[in-house]
Amino acid sequence: MHHRFGRIVLPVLVIAGLLVAPVLTSGAPRTSWDAKACGRVGGTLVFGQAQDAVTLDPADATDGFSVNNTSNAFDTLVRFAANGTQVEPGLAESWKVSSDELVWTFKLRRGVRFHDGTPLDAKAVEFSFQRQLDKKHPYHHGVFEYAEFTLESVKSIEAVGADSVRFTLKASNAPFLAMLAMFSNAVSSPAAIRKYGKDYFKHPTGTGPFKFVEWVQKDHVTYEANKDYWAGRPCVDRLIIRGIPDNTVRLLEMEKGGIQIMDQTNPPDYARIRRNKDLVLFTGPGLNVGYLAMNVEKEPFNDVRVRRAVNHSVNKPVLVRAFYEGIGQPAKNPMPPTIWGYNDEVKAYEYNPEKAKQLLAEAGYPNGITTELWWPNRARPYLTQPQKIAEALQQQLAKGGIRAKLVTFEWGTYLSKARNGEHPMAILGWTGDNGDPDNFLYVLLDADNAKKGTASNIAFYKSGALHDLLIRAQRTSDQARRTALYRQAQEVIHNDAPWVPLVHAGRVAAYRKQVQNFFPHPLDIRWFYRVWIEK
Amino acid sequence: MVERIEVIARIPESRARVGFYQDAWRRLRRNRGALLGLVIICLFAGAALLSPLITAHDPIDQDLDARLLPPSRTHWLGTDDLGRDLLTRIIYGGRVSLTIGIVAVGIAVAAGTFVGLFAGYYGRWADSVTMRMMDIMLAFPATLLAIFIVGIRGPSLNNAMLAIGVINIPIFARLVRGSVLRVRQEEFVDAARALGGSAGRIIGRHILPNTLAPIIVQATLGIGAAILEAAGLSFLGLGAQAPTPEWGAMLTNTREYLRDAPWAATFPGIAILLTVVGFNLLGDGLRDALDPRLRI
Amino acid sequence: MTRYVGRRLVETVPVVFGVLLVVFVIAHLTPGDPVLIALGEHATPEAVEQLRAELQLDDPLPVAFLKYLSHVLRGDLGRSIQNNERVTVELATRFPATIELSLAAMLIASVVGILTGVLAAVRQNSWFDGLSMFVALFGFSMPIFWLGIMLILLFAALLGWFPISGRLDYTVEIVRITNLHILDAMVTRNWTALGNALHHLVLPAITLSTVPLAIVARMTRSSLLEVLRQDYVRTARAKGLRDSRVVTRHALTNASIPVITVIGLNVGSLLSGAILTETIFAWPGVGRLVVDAIFARDYPIVQGTVFVIALVFVAVNLLVDVSYAYLDPRIRYG
Repeated sequence: MHHRFGRIVLPVLVIAGLLVAPVLTSGAPRTSWDAKACGRVGGTLVFGQAQDAVTLDPADATDGFSVNNTSNAFDTLVRFAANGTQVEPGLAESWKVSSDELVWTFKLRRGVRFHDGTPLDAKAVEFSFQRQLDKKHPYHHGVFEYAEFTLESVKSIEAVGADSVRFTLKASNAPFLAMLAMFSNAVSSPAAIRKYGKDYFKHPTGTGPFKFVEWVQKDHVTYEANKDYWAGRPCVDRLIIRGIPDNTVRLLEMEKGGIQIMDQTNPPDYARIRRNKDLVLFTGPGLNVGYLAMNVEKEPFNDVRVRRAVNHSVNKPVLVRAFYEGIGQPAKNPMPPTIWGYNDEVKAYEYNPEKAKQLLAEAGYPNGITTELWWPNRARPYLTQPQKIAEALQQQLAKGGIRAKLVTFEWGTYLSKARNGEHPMAILGWTGDNGDPDNFLYVLLDADNAKKGTASNIAFYKSGALHDLLIRAQRTSDQARRTALYRQAQEVIHNDAPWVPLVHAGRVAAYRKQVQNFFPHPLDIRWFYRVWIEK
Repeated sequence: MVERIEVIARIPESRARVGFYQDAWRRLRRNRGALLGLVIICLFAGAALLSPLITAHDPIDQDLDARLLPPSRTHWLGTDDLGRDLLTRIIYGGRVSLTIGIVAVGIAVAAGTFVGLFAGYYGRWADSVTMRMMDIMLAFPATLLAIFIVGIRGPSLNNAMLAIGVINIPIFARLVRGSVLRVRQEEFVDAARALGGSAGRIIGRHILPNTLAPIIVQATLGIGAAILEAAGLSFLGLGAQAPTPEWGAMLTNTREYLRDAPWAATFPGIAILLTVVGFNLLGDGLRDALDPRLRI
Repeated sequence: MTRYVGRRLVETVPVVFGVLLVVFVIAHLTPGDPVLIALGEHATPEAVEQLRAELQLDDPLPVAFLKYLSHVLRGDLGRSIQNNERVTVELATRFPATIELSLAAMLIASVVGILTGVLAAVRQNSWFDGLSMFVALFGFSMPIFWLGIMLILLFAALLGWFPISGRLDYTVEIVRITNLHILDAMVTRNWTALGNALHHLVLPAITLSTVPLAIVARMTRSSLLEVLRQDYVRTARAKGLRDSRVVTRHALTNASIPVITVIGLNVGSLLSGAILTETIFAWPGVGRLVVDAIFARDYPIVQGTVFVIALVFVAVNLLVDVSYAYLDPRIRYG
């Protein structure tokens, strides 16, 4: 595994399970999506999220709000299962891989057409990828943040005949197939891209279940059912995706029936939704961690006793109860238990302010310490109510003898300052990209990622022992061995205590009772293909 | 754009003598609205100053098991989302909000007076350049300017005060400039000049006292406005920082509970409303008292 | 008169240029990087560098400003960093929403405010005078985001009289010509859309109108009172003119000057209010656009929007000054 996995904003793969092993032969033609039948066909589904899309060009999207849009209007060659992260056939009905795992050949489904009526063929797929990868491509209009990462291992892409596409890799790469399933690798109509040029982002033309109709920016996007969809038409006739920034207003709209599904439910509203017999609150485990990082390069956090004192001062169950309304679990490791390799034998530092004071005294601070606690002023999946959590932490720390002043900056400034190591203590978190322990431990705590200015390891924790374990785990593909190494790594981290792991937040979605077949996907992308509405 | 402001800011002409302020005070005392305003302000200010004596609770001490309790005998106004006593936070919050208003207006008055005197007294290019700069500031939506200032310097109470102060500079600059232009024409200024008075002396002895009345009025009204602007910045997450009890931040942080625990957002809102009403009443009264011809 | 307008026009040039320069400099001085914000926790050093180069963010500031200025003079405000949208297109779709909201608010403020002010002045010291001035006082002493949320809770959520948020129901079809929904609907005789757009407009417009409404009412009242006390009005009354005629013919014309002043002065603060109002009512206008853009460090959008706002502000003030000259010939064009 490689640290550059960090580039993905949305998790790629596997929540509870394993990396997808290279599939050597073709997948089954039928998928988990078809298994879900429409109970009723027709009606309009309105989905409310906290922001409208930024762009509708899937290859250029970086934010979840845009991805929720593009994922319903586009297809990828292979796609994720309806309720998990297994990879299934998409626009490619089958694929072959050479024995050295370097050449992948995808056979395209026949008779698929883009929404503009042009046929999906091998040339179109090639075009769609080339415009992302080739900076000299005449239609390289955009930044394509994800291309470099998801297609990093690709040497060449070429059409073979009318209905096959061949990818040649620079080196074998196990998660390649999952990368292809990611939203940014959706296939766009070359005719539409040529027609609209730089304005393609507001004229999205794919092959997906929903056809783009209209975009009123900062308000809503309207789609209609693609009745000729290759896997059968979607259940609803129309799909509207609205942006409503205010939490209370968004919930009010859902209570009134103006929207049927909403995202970014505010924890204080969980109880109200549960009480309402017209609404459903979905909760499930999340793939994230929220943490408090101590800058081990700064006094007094260069002393492990001080870091342990901080750990003993934090009462996590109280935080989860008060600010996540119990939807989540207190963290003791840097990675969530939904990932393989999680070490449940690590014994969490118990909440004990007296012990904290004692440790501080041993470290030479009998009167406690005065420091700063930085917090990000933007709600994240792992940090639903940042300010309140920070305030509560401040008070808990004070009882353990750690007097911390709260400091915050706007999101962008906050990140750059934290990466620069300007903080003594900072709250941050991570949403998993691909379900591999490396994606948490190496990215967030290895010495390789602790360079000032660009650090993702904002504790600036540099342990030779940990580095050795993590590199060994990267170089082997034997999962049992990797598991053992990662379990050991978690012990090392626990003992050195560069963090206070705070919480693994659950994933939450709310919808009206009439909505059927809606499953909030573990990857936190909202797919509405098989959702139907009861009369 | 300049003529316009003078319509509002017509000032008492050469009446800046002790007797004038005594008269004004007499008129103010007869104005029931102004007295009410004064009483409201004094109540909040007094409570803020004496807060530890009034309440036994701590404004930032949380009790996560006592979140969003309704008003009761122990918590007269209930508790907020972190289990803190609302009344206590509102009382202590008065310190913060009043400080914001006074400091922000102080900045605006000091800088605005300086700019206005400079432009008005020296006239010509000094006047055109500074007034064009003020025009630029006015053409820039105030909230955006404040967002920028806070964005550059980081969100904090001090930066919010600075930002609000800065965006209000043009108001005072124009006010003072207009007054100066009028006073400059007066005979006693000419006389002082003819007697060889220095610029500083003429400004200090003759011009400033005569521009004081409109500044007092505008400053009083400005404190109320500044408290509102600070609340707006807090709504955008750029105002006073946690756990400081600032009314706007209290209102913003609890507005999501407006349906389940309406008291948590309502009482801070009322505190803002009453205080600003107080300053507006007092400002109106001062205007009536200082310039009986102008009732707004 | 023409010369006066011409001179005023020339005077606005340095102001607009100044605004452009100031916004450019402070936008670029603000710490935080658009690339870092877009990619969040997951940004890698290589991606950030590559993006900065693509966006030409590494030009020295004076060079960047001159480049920008030359584009602006050619009518090109650039493209958004976030999604490549032309800033001019973005403004063409978003400004009308704010204009519609602001005009509606100003209309409410002027009509209701002047009416209230006149009635209060004519019946000075009556219960109506007392009550309306009391309400007006509260009107501009309240945080408007608080008022907005309470209006939604009461009139939209509880009573269900008005829509909760947005500008138009997605079920309503409308031909977009100017993007001023009300105008478009009237031109195309689409009465359903007109009704729907007006329905959505009520609560946000009321929210936004409170401050100017209160000020206009108070100003109208006080200036009218002052005028009514003056000799020529007394003379007119003495000559036997009916009160209503005196008020409309003589007094109102003279009292309108300070009122127009207030309206002009409030264009700026109206936009500040629009930022908060648009956020609460999910109104797709320019106030939200620019605040979101500041937070995302989308410089081209921030610069373009502030530039156009400044143009509007300057234009309104010009209009205000010209209407003084029209209403009161005593004001010299000097």
